[in-house]
Amino acid sequence: MINEESVFYSRVLTETTLTFHIIYATLGVGVPLMIMIAQWVGIKKNDEHYILLARRWTRGFVITVAVGVVTGTAIGLQLSLLWPNFMELAGHIIALPLFMETFAFFFEAIFLGIYLYTWDRFENQKKHLLLLVPVAIGGSFSAVFITIVNSFMNSPQGFDLVDGKLTNVNPLLAMFNPAMPTKVTHVVVTAYMTAAFVLASIAAFRMLTSSKHVYHKKALFFTMKLGLIFSIATAVIGDFSGKFLAEYQPEKLAAAEWHFETHGEAPLIMWGMLDENNDIKYAIQIPFALSILAHWLPGAVVTGLDQFPEDEIPPLYIHYLFDTMVTIGMGLVVLSLIYWIGVKRGWAFIHSKLFLGLSVLSGPLSMLAIEAGWWLAEVGRQPWILRGIMRTSEAATTNNQVDLMLMLFCGLYIILGIGTIVVMSRMFKRNPVEQELKDREMEKGGVQK
Amino acid sequence: MNLEIIGISVLWTFLFGYIMIGSIDFGASFFNAYSLIVEKQHILTNIIQRYLSPVWEVTNVFLVFFFVGIIGFFPKTAFYYGTTLLVPISIGVILLAVRGSYYAFETYGARGHKGYALLYGLSGLLLPASLSIVLTISEGGFITMENGTPVLNYWTLFTEPLTWAVVLLSVTAVLYISATFLTWYANQAGDTEATRLMRKYALLWAFPLIFTAAGIIVELRGHNPDHYEKLMSLWWMFALSFILFLLTVWFLWKKRNYGSAFILLVIQFALAFFGYGISHYPYLLYPHLTLYDSFTNHAMAISLIVAFILGFCLLVPSLYLLLKLFLFNKQYVSGK
Ligand code: HDD
Ligand code: HEM
Ligand code: HEM
Repeated sequence: MINEESVFYSRVLTETTLTFHIIYATLGVGVPLMIMIAQWVGIKKNDEHYILLARRWTRGFVITVAVGVVTGTAIGLQLSLLWPNFMELAGHIIALPLFMETFAFFFEAIFLGIYLYTWDRFENQKKHLLLLVPVAIGGSFSAVFITIVNSFMNSPQGFDLVDGKLTNVNPLLAMFNPAMPTKVTHVVVTAYMTAAFVLASIAAFRMLTSSKHVYHKKALFFTMKLGLIFSIATAVIGDFSGKFLAEYQPEKLAAAEWHFETHGEAPLIMWGMLDENNDIKYAIQIPFALSILAHWLPGAVVTGLDQFPEDEIPPLYIHYLFDTMVTIGMGLVVLSLIYWIGVKRGWAFIHSKLFLGLSVLSGPLSMLAIEAGWWLAEVGRQPWILRGIMRTSEAATTNNQVDLMLMLFCGLYIILGIGTIVVMSRMFKRNPVEQELKDREMEKGGVQK
Repeated sequence: MNLEIIGISVLWTFLFGYIMIGSIDFGASFFNAYSLIVEKQHILTNIIQRYLSPVWEVTNVFLVFFFVGIIGFFPKTAFYYGTTLLVPISIGVILLAVRGSYYAFETYGARGHKGYALLYGLSGLLLPASLSIVLTISEGGFITMENGTPVLNYWTLFTEPLTWAVVLLSVTAVLYISATFLTWYANQAGDTEATRLMRKYALLWAFPLIFTAAGIIVELRGHNPDHYEKLMSLWWMFALSFILFLLTVWFLWKKRNYGSAFILLVIQFALAFFGYGISHYPYLLYPHLTLYDSFTNHAMAISLIVAFILGFCLLVPSLYLLLKLFLFNKQYVSGK
């Protein structure tokens, strides 16, 4: 029995919660690594600026983590509330990584509590830094485990269905499914990349608007360098993700690329529009690129949408999501590369208002790429919730009150979103870097450079 | 012991953990709000800062552990409870959000909004009330099957005295547990004013607690005689629990051994909570769902238990470190 309305509202509520949670979750995975590296560099170079950088990032991080915990608890419960049939089936096969994720949360939460409240309790800074290691590991591993669950939804394996009954369940085989390697690495690396660019945005913003302090310069160089490394890794792993799709989820790649007919020497289509006959207009076509993305070879045959029944083809608008993600990814590689070369060569251009303005955009853009990427991955799986096994419409609750809950949660997320922005900006305005640097130097008797 | 029992024991133990440390957190927020109204705010705010802020996330993970674990071990619960509990649990999530955002926005960020503190205090009472409804529902009689899907009947739920007895019990228990703990904590910190106040609250809430607990047993007899019979066959657990309760109150009354008083309280609640849990066996939801017909497959059960043991080995030393730094460290507790 399918209740159309509940299905619809459950989808909207899931989309809303995940779209909101993923912002905080991504920062929760990436930022602790940045803090860790900054504090380490600070200790090694004996440079108070990097230590202060770590300190100030931590303060903001606490707030994002807290909201992440709240929204994460919401999504965790909503999965059972909105998709009870799916969770019943999934519970049998893929509950293991979900369960392991709670241990990652425990680990992270415990050490974050300790780290936060022990800034000045250790004589030896290195000991304090050591406390951050489990935080970073816990955060990254929660991403790894949850992404394993998601990769299972895209390429389920590790069980047999005989007359609707589950047999031969193998939880490890289910975890190590074909989608898992590319998905997990892409998600984790993009989280690092996004954290780096978000922090770069803040530094660039301060340089643009108020302060010319060397502190911000160091911050920008530091984050841009990390951003460059992680954005290159992102593009490389993204390429592997495409090859995964070509092999195991060809309908997603074909829909994302508007590749209607199966053929070789396929061009990559960027942007453009579809007319009523599904002809592509105004697009940039890169010859052979799709064949290369899918199978390494310019001549390789790429499966098109003609191979799939009408009702199993995902919505075609995911093309724009794919393009948004890839364009931003490539753009940010170029941006951070120019900056890095510019610093080495002493180009004046990288200190111009224009360039700083672009750098301010890098953080929001990476977040947009994260959102686009997830929407691509999830919408591209439709109409399936478990590809080839269970349709989204069969998985939803039959409860009639989902619309009410949708309004309730939208209200909650609006308040949390505004609250985050207000509290963060107030916190840093009351506590400008220059003042804090002065205070700390007095405290230390001015020995530090 | 079979796998079903191992699974539910692990989950029940973690739920117990959540109830104890959650109660401390919920009650503290209520006392804090109350002291704001009667203009005694400085007494408690400090303790909330020192003890609760570092551990609230850990508290929350206990809850997450429980609801993720129950889907893992007993996937069918997702179908029965997931379909029916949409509204009560969503309200619970909103209340949790009020609490989480209080820590995020008030104690970590810029602080000082009175309305927020009041809301936070109120959520401390509403949250146990809304979560405890799940226990009432598990007694059966509120969920009916229509066209093969379970439906919750709100009218019978809210007109049933048992529901309100459980709600009252959850609220009094929260206040009593929290006040007893904070008496000890404030005493550790050498804060005589806070100790005095919290001791007063603890004694004040002790007897309502026992009344409501007795009330539930009476209500259960009418609502679910089968469960009542099983409860009675475990009478010794509840009797022992009652004796420990008297001892705790006696210590509090005599103003001594606050630490032991709190430990006795934990054992008291453990006895009652596990007594209740054991008598609930084998039902997860009367009369639709038992441990056995909702249990996961063998391979998953084994791997969950292995994961649990490995995770536990990681968890125990970390929790020990946390408690050592924030609970048993005299210097930290007293704010030096
Ligand atoms: C900062 C964010 C970001 C950036 C710049 C990129 N991606 Fe990405 N991409 C993600 C963030 C992301 C993501 C949010 O992490 C996704 C969503 C689900 C997933 O597995 O990762 C994703 C999914 C995803 C998928 C779908 C995988 C699947 O559904 O199984 C493909 C094919 C790519 N990406 C390919 C690329 C390529 C070729 C990029 C070129 C630069 C690229 N991505 C940049
Ligand atoms: C890890 C980060 C994840 C993000 C950001 C994410 C995001 C999304 C989005 C945007 C949709 C909407 C697709 C549509 O319009 O149809 C969706 C669908 C869905 N996702 Fe994911 N997803 C994630 C992982 C997961 C995981 C791990 C699960 C389950 C264990 C899950 C369960 C679902 C379900 C049930 C739907 C169906 C709703 C629908 O089709 O609209 N997702 N997800
Ligand atoms: C790539 C996608 C996701 C990432 C990287 C991610 C990561 C995180 C992180 C870092 C936290 C904060 C944990 C803490 O500090 O305790 C968090 C919270 C949480 N997330 Fe997500 N998450 C993702 C998607 C999801 C999805 C789809 C679910 C649903 C199954 C989920 C469930 C949760 C839960 C239940 C919490 C709260 C845990 C707690 O109370 O500590 N997450 N997540």
